Amino acid sequence: MQVKREERYSLRLQVNGKRYEEQVEPRKLLSDFLREDCGLTGTHVGCEHGVCGACTVLVDGRAVRSCLILAIQAEGADITTVEGLAKDGKPHPLQEAFSECHALQCGFCTPGILMSSVEFLQTHADPGKEEIADMLSGHLCRCTGYKGIVEAVQQVADRRKEGEVRESGDPVSICSRTTPTV
Amino acid sequence: MKPAAFDYLRPSTVEEACQYLQEYGEEGKLIAGGQSLVPILNMRLSTPECLIDISGLEELKYIREEGDWLHIGALTRQRDVERSALVREKTPLLAEALPYIGHMQTRNRGTFGGSLVHADPTAEIPLSLLALQAAVVIQSAEEIRAVDVEDFFITYLTTDLMPNEILREVKIPTRHIPKGYSFQEYSRKHGDFALVSAACVLDVDEQERIASVRLTLGGVDAVPVLAREVEGLILGEKLTDSLLLEASRAAAADIDPEGDLHASREYRLHLAQVFAARVLETAYHRAVLGKGSAT
Repeated sequence: MQVKREERYSLRLQVNGKRYEEQVEPRKLLSDFLREDCGLTGTHVGCEHGVCGACTVLVDGRAVRSCLILAIQAEGADITTVEGLAKDGKPHPLQEAFSECHALQCGFCTPGILMSSVEFLQTHADPGKEEIADMLSGHLCRCTGYKGIVEAVQQVADRRKEGEVRESGDPVSICSRTTPTV
Repeated sequence: MKPAAFDYLRPSTVEEACQYLQEYGEEGKLIAGGQSLVPILNMRLSTPECLIDISGLEELKYIREEGDWLHIGALTRQRDVERSALVREKTPLLAEALPYIGHMQTRNRGTFGGSLVHADPTAEIPLSLLALQAAVVIQSAEEIRAVDVEDFFITYLTTDLMPNEILREVKIPTRHIPKGYSFQEYSRKHGDFALVSAACVLDVDEQERIASVRLTLGGVDAVPVLAREVEGLILGEKLTDSLLLEASRAAAADIDPEGDLHASREYRLHLAQVFAARVLETAYHRAVLGKGSAT
């Protein structure tokens, strides 16, 4: 297969269960493809050289930097972005936990961290704080100090272990942090 | 930051990739996992005319043992090597080194061979393979040849690989698996390039005397360094505190690091001695503990 620089290639792949076929230049990054061609701006673009982790998405189930992959390299791949996490209007358990544990402030880094956490929890049934911190070392968050993020990931892991992951959002628990315990 | 425009080629076999390389010469650049190359393209530190994408060549993705060698295909993802039970069993040093590479998110994409041909002097895979006396298998349109890792690195980001060649696989000898091993490195934060890294494989005899040892240091020269002096000093000896100090001093005496923005020459020399001592000590203890078990 050969594509000249000035040509556009008809790229087919799947994002969040939906098939896309778009015309792309060979040099287009996957992060830009998702934002500009698919209109999925939940994937954030920070440093564009693989340091900040904001653009992390799942490619065939694995968390990777979408700014370090050419879109054309992802031909035929099955991609999940942060828009693919919520199901039927209900947030993903991780999204819920992030809300409950105050694991985000400005939210710029959050989509990437959520995607890494999805893969992390699939491969780590009972993670320790250190393992979570190790996974998060690939993400820069300048607001939270990470404590809330570690707690949120830990919380989902704990609930999964106890088999009580709730499938729907719970508005009461979201407020629980601001309510002082009596 | 976006890459400059390039022609894109996607061969479906290694042979086809070799033909493209032959055709495009210096203008053609291979891309596999892209975890080192794409940042360079994004920052336009390099603007190749043509990218030859070999990331889809399944024939170069494998980890298998054949005879007295562990073979790892160049396009095997770093994360797959990290999680391989065979790698953990046959080359525990490599299994210990891999988690230090970048982050889980880059190891998911980055390839084993890619790190080797990129040849960053602080990289973990080159340093480990030098300690393990590995060899690489290289292919061009004309021939397939093997080179010892010891002769593979030439200088910063430069290897023995010619512009028309592809790295096929890495071969690690497994006839004798050292019981003692250790990989440790120092970086300012996890996932950063190491300031100094050290790897060691070591074995002891029945009397706990050192029967074999290879100690390598990274980040202290343009290529990974084998600390040869150490071997002569400690072979046949038990590793006492005073010998450990002497050996780590000898390891650091071998090298001549450059200072840069990240660490001065003096600091690198200090770290080299500290980390040489740490890997030697850890490897020795593991060897002593392991000598009773298995063969």
